[in-house]
Amino acid sequence: MYGKGILKGLGVTWKHFWDTYIDDIKWGKKRYHTEEGIAYRMSKDARGLFTVQYPEEKLPTPEEFRFVPFLVYDEDEEGEQVIRCTSCGICAKVCPPHCIWIERSTNPKTGRPVPVPAEFYIDVDICMNCGFCAEFCPFDAIKMDHDYELAVYERLTNNIYDREKLLKPAAYYDGIRPLNSQKEFDARAEKEAKKAASKKKT
Amino acid sequence: MTEQIMTMNKDIEARFTGMISLDERSGYEGYRVEAENLVEFATALRDEFGYDFLSSATGVDYLPDEKMEVVYHIYKSTGGRALVFKVQVPRANPVVPSLVSIFPGADFQEREAWDLFGIRFEGHPNHKRILMWDGFAGHPMRKDWKEAYYEADAKPFDTRWPGGDVSRSEDKMVFNKNVAYPQDFTPENWTPEGETALYSGMQNIATDEDLQTEHVVVNLGPQHPSTHGVFRMVATLDGETIVKLEPVMGYLHRNHEKIGERNTYLMNIPFTDRLDYLSSMSNNFGYVLAVEKLLGDTTHIPDRAKYIRVIMAEFTRISNHLMAIGALLNDLGAYFTPMLYALKERELILDIFEAVSGSRMMCNYYRFGGVARDLPPGTHEMMRGLAFERLPRQIDELDRYLTENEIIRARCEGVGVLTPEEAIAYSAVGPVLRASGVPYDVRRADPYSVYDRFDFDVAVRYHGDVYDRYLVRLDEIRQSIRILQQALNSIPECDNCLGKPRYSMRVPAGEAYGRVEGPKGELGFYVVADGGPNPWRYHVRAPSFINLTALSKMCEGDKIADAIIVLGSIDIVLGETDR
Repeated sequence: MYGKGILKGLGVTWKHFWDTYIDDIKWGKKRYHTEEGIAYRMSKDARGLFTVQYPEEKLPTPEEFRFVPFLVYDEDEEGEQVIRCTSCGICAKVCPPHCIWIERSTNPKTGRPVPVPAEFYIDVDICMNCGFCAEFCPFDAIKMDHDYELAVYERLTNNIYDREKLLKPAAYYDGIRPLNSQKEFDARAEKEAKKAASKKKT
Repeated sequence: MTEQIMTMNKDIEARFTGMISLDERSGYEGYRVEAENLVEFATALRDEFGYDFLSSATGVDYLPDEKMEVVYHIYKSTGGRALVFKVQVPRANPVVPSLVSIFPGADFQEREAWDLFGIRFEGHPNHKRILMWDGFAGHPMRKDWKEAYYEADAKPFDTRWPGGDVSRSEDKMVFNKNVAYPQDFTPENWTPEGETALYSGMQNIATDEDLQTEHVVVNLGPQHPSTHGVFRMVATLDGETIVKLEPVMGYLHRNHEKIGERNTYLMNIPFTDRLDYLSSMSNNFGYVLAVEKLLGDTTHIPDRAKYIRVIMAEFTRISNHLMAIGALLNDLGAYFTPMLYALKERELILDIFEAVSGSRMMCNYYRFGGVARDLPPGTHEMMRGLAFERLPRQIDELDRYLTENEIIRARCEGVGVLTPEEAIAYSAVGPVLRASGVPYDVRRADPYSVYDRFDFDVAVRYHGDVYDRYLVRLDEIRQSIRILQQALNSIPECDNCLGKPRYSMRVPAGEAYGRVEGPKGELGFYVVADGGPNPWRYHVRAPSFINLTALSKMCEGDKIADAIIVLGSIDIVLGETDR
């Protein structure tokens, strides 16, 4: 019969249309603006309407999600910032668009380099969020952020981040990437244990 | 197999004694042909030896030797490995005979080599720039040409560390505030030569004098929603019928290949994401394969990494084809309902990419010798859920929804036909080639990675029209699901076996051509290394770009409204076309 294909296709559309209503009735108010509702709409069993009402609703960011790097600092007993970065420059060298500038600090008396960055700039206009800096940093000092809402009105004055703007506490990092930070913590502990063991031997 | 190739090569060498010589530079392969013998050699390769598929033709600038080289990669459409041959000409006056008369698929590639390298192709029927604009001075891929924000020949630039001299490139740009035109040049009165040539060429078609009809030249694009980006088609019409059509491109050209030569090998991986931005995983795949070929046996790739690569590449294929089908329906006028049904499934695939690689589209996940990281916990179940339950169900639904629709069939059947012979001659690849009845799939014809371990069919249809290209994509999604199911069932487990990727490695001098069957067809990367930290030449054989060579052929004789769906059925992405 001519037109059978169209009718069949319309049947599919009709089903999609009703699926949303059936789901809405089944889930009540829980389908929207709740975590489980969003999780359901992202799942393989989702039917019907699947859009997310941004910015009222937001998709959860998975652990590996990456957006614009930040610098991690620890806090010592007195609450002072201890920056993990040693200004070794690996991140600046692997950065594909070359958006990282690091100024190495030197000891004014001896003129020798000190392992703390005097300044650290990232031009977030150019950053392509590839994550190489975080991937190849040997000190776990630069990490990719989860905060993706960076829109500003003044691009020319706001978008070169300096050291102050880039620094974030280690607790924040542990919060957004719990598995990775645990893994790195274990690796560091193991390394230190090895170091201590070899010291004892000698 | 290798024995066969050896005897074959001996036959070729015997047939062309004195005309060709082996390329004996270390790390190089193939033959060197003198320019005057090129046409004879290529004709004989096609007619006597069965090498009928010219995959890639590109230029290389060997500045220290004062030479320009044109490199050809040619295949048999029945499968097997490449035959490489090269022509070297002096850099001061590079002239090479054109191969368009033998391989029409060389058309755009030769124009690109002229545009970017300044190599002239004698006998080319349409010898003009293709990516750069008319009036552009110089040939940007030449090694002595420097771009606007030029800092140094190779990254890493030394202003970044330890000095940290932060600055915006825009501020350093000399033309920042006041653009200076050359003397006696007024932009208002300037008509680009190529434009004039284009239009006069389009109008210069004999009309029927008895009826006193007139042809009309119509410009579609560059700003037009149906062209999938900034792409332009200039068509000569006889009534509503297309007499001649010429694609015009390059609006998104950013000299990707030049950027690639400034970059180190590693830095190019995220840049390949931006080529075909709908299938970044496949782009990564092709590039790392090429560089791994250069690295040779030193790269040990763990089995698990190989499986992860295949799984990601197949998910990419599914998401790309869903997008292609949705967009094709948009082009047909079925606004956004089919598109959204397709996008819905694509979203779920992108969720997996995001969880695995950290980004939905710019994945940057593959590394030399493996992948960036192992699958995070939970993603394996997500992938199983999609590959075993959701996708098969939803693809069947999409099939039920669209395939038998009478309007779609009426619009698509018999439109934009490409015969198998034409498809091969025009170097068409991917679904376009397979819809024309040529069962050529790189995964089967020249297997890479672990594709030889999986059981799958090469999707093929025989009419070569828009409808068959749609069907081939649907078939390919099903085959991809089959591969995914097998790969997910047999992926080897291991703890921390993927190792830690390195950021610096020594790439030995030589050349390599890595190719994968990307969603849009054969995606090739030609990389020449000179032993330094940056590639000497980095070329992308972009399927979207080369498939467009056949666009004109497909559209001739069809209605103007059909040109839109023919373009949609090729499935181009302008990021890759223009590079």
